[in-house]
Amino acid sequence: MKKEPLLSIRNYGVSFTRYEAGLKSRNLQVISSLDIDVHEGEIVAIVGSSGSGKSLLADGIFGILPYNAVLSGEIYYDGKLLTQQDKEALRGREMSLIPQSVNYLDPLKKVGKQVELSVRDKDKKKRRKVVEDLFARYNLSPEVYDYHPFQLSGGMARRVLLTTALAAGSRLIVADEPTPGLDEVALKEVLKDFRVLVDSGCSILMITHDINAAVTIADRVAIFYAGMTLEIASSEDFRGDGQALRHPYSKALHAAIPANGFRATPGFQPYSDNLPEGCVFCDRCDRKTERCLKERPEFRELRGGKVRCHHAT
Amino acid sequence: MQLKAEKVSFAYKKGVQILNQVDFVVNSGEVVGLTAPSGFGKTTLARILAGYEKPASGLVTLDGSPLPKSGYNPVQLIFQHPEKAVNPKWKMRRVLEETGGYTAESLHQMGIMPEWLERWPRELSGGELQRFCVLRVLNERTRFIIADEMTTMLDAVTQAQIWNTVLDFAKKHDIGIVAISHERDLLEAVCTRIERL
Repeated sequence: MKKEPLLSIRNYGVSFTRYEAGLKSRNLQVISSLDIDVHEGEIVAIVGSSGSGKSLLADGIFGILPYNAVLSGEIYYDGKLLTQQDKEALRGREMSLIPQSVNYLDPLKKVGKQVELSVRDKDKKKRRKVVEDLFARYNLSPEVYDYHPFQLSGGMARRVLLTTALAAGSRLIVADEPTPGLDEVALKEVLKDFRVLVDSGCSILMITHDINAAVTIADRVAIFYAGMTLEIASSEDFRGDGQALRHPYSKALHAAIPANGFRATPGFQPYSDNLPEGCVFCDRCDRKTERCLKERPEFRELRGGKVRCHHAT
Repeated sequence: MQLKAEKVSFAYKKGVQILNQVDFVVNSGEVVGLTAPSGFGKTTLARILAGYEKPASGLVTLDGSPLPKSGYNPVQLIFQHPEKAVNPKWKMRRVLEETGGYTAESLHQMGIMPEWLERWPRELSGGELQRFCVLRVLNERTRFIIADEMTTMLDAVTQAQIWNTVLDFAKKHDIGIVAISHERDLLEAVCTRIERL
């Protein structure tokens, strides 16, 4: 665990260039500062509010952001700083993305053929066999091979996307929201498969908002909010009443789970181009003081995890 | 008012029956949960209830008469994938204006920043887009809302906020809701009754 991390993201930011009237352009900062490490054989979950920059993080790792996006910060893979060329060489081989949306599939191509693209084998029959085996494992009947994406239900589409990444046999899998749309049985299967993958030396970065899924499967959980990492906790910290959590936002997230009371903390996440001077959560926090309004908390070590809060103990 | 599906059957392909003689009823003011494993036709039933799909056999009626063929549909569907439910070539302001508009207060309740109105759908996250899709159906002409995995893309705090807003609006205007979800805990928190498909 204490080795060099397989994937290390430092001070990562994304902004979009927008054109307004004529040639006047404006920069829109969407993610300000994200930090996260993924070690070999580890599952790290990123849990965060919608719009905290979770998907842009995945797109940035793979170099598939839209043309008007500008990156800042560094992404290291296996100790090496990645350039766009490196990302293009590694993606689909060393590292695979399980995308969030069904729109990532080619609508005009049979899904079996699409999954086959990821298999690294020269023999056509063997490639097909790999895909058929994967489909069987994920409860996709053999006919699905010949389906086009519009014929898939939401849950089936997600399982197809999952097999795409598994077919490549990568060392790092980044799963962007792999669980919503799956029923409980299928969810348990996915979680189990992740475990098996990791135990064979693969690492997984799982991006989700589903705390239950994250806590069940991951070793560590990073909490994202307003384009920033607010806390890194172990999965254990989420058990029970959530008092082991460090940041007030993590606690609010815990209390809002339907089974834990469905309590909605009022207020909204500030947008990254309009962040408060101090703590990004302070307008919704009941523990805020003068200091929180003025001074952005540092990301500091606390009880085996990390937190960005002045008052966390 | 009552939205009713009687003996509805549907198949995308010959021989593969997705829905077989399904009966389903929701009354104004009710919040009915609908749950089933993936691939069992939950979304198909949602599309049929909202008139996006014609059943092979069976009837969908609103207070005894078929759904209106033109004009505003009183049965509004909120899709599971918001990025597929908004026109990619419209800015968000136009997406909202299509159903009649918005107020500063309604934007605030949904957690929509006014500056998002000038953005293209591609520049918003799935969860942000979904707030627009929810807000555009919250108006008095809507009598029933079919929420197909409405908050599956959202974090827990936002999920609770949006559900509370929708439930408040439904209560005030006596709207009936069908909530489709895999998440048992969520359905138990929001529904008056739960049906399995």
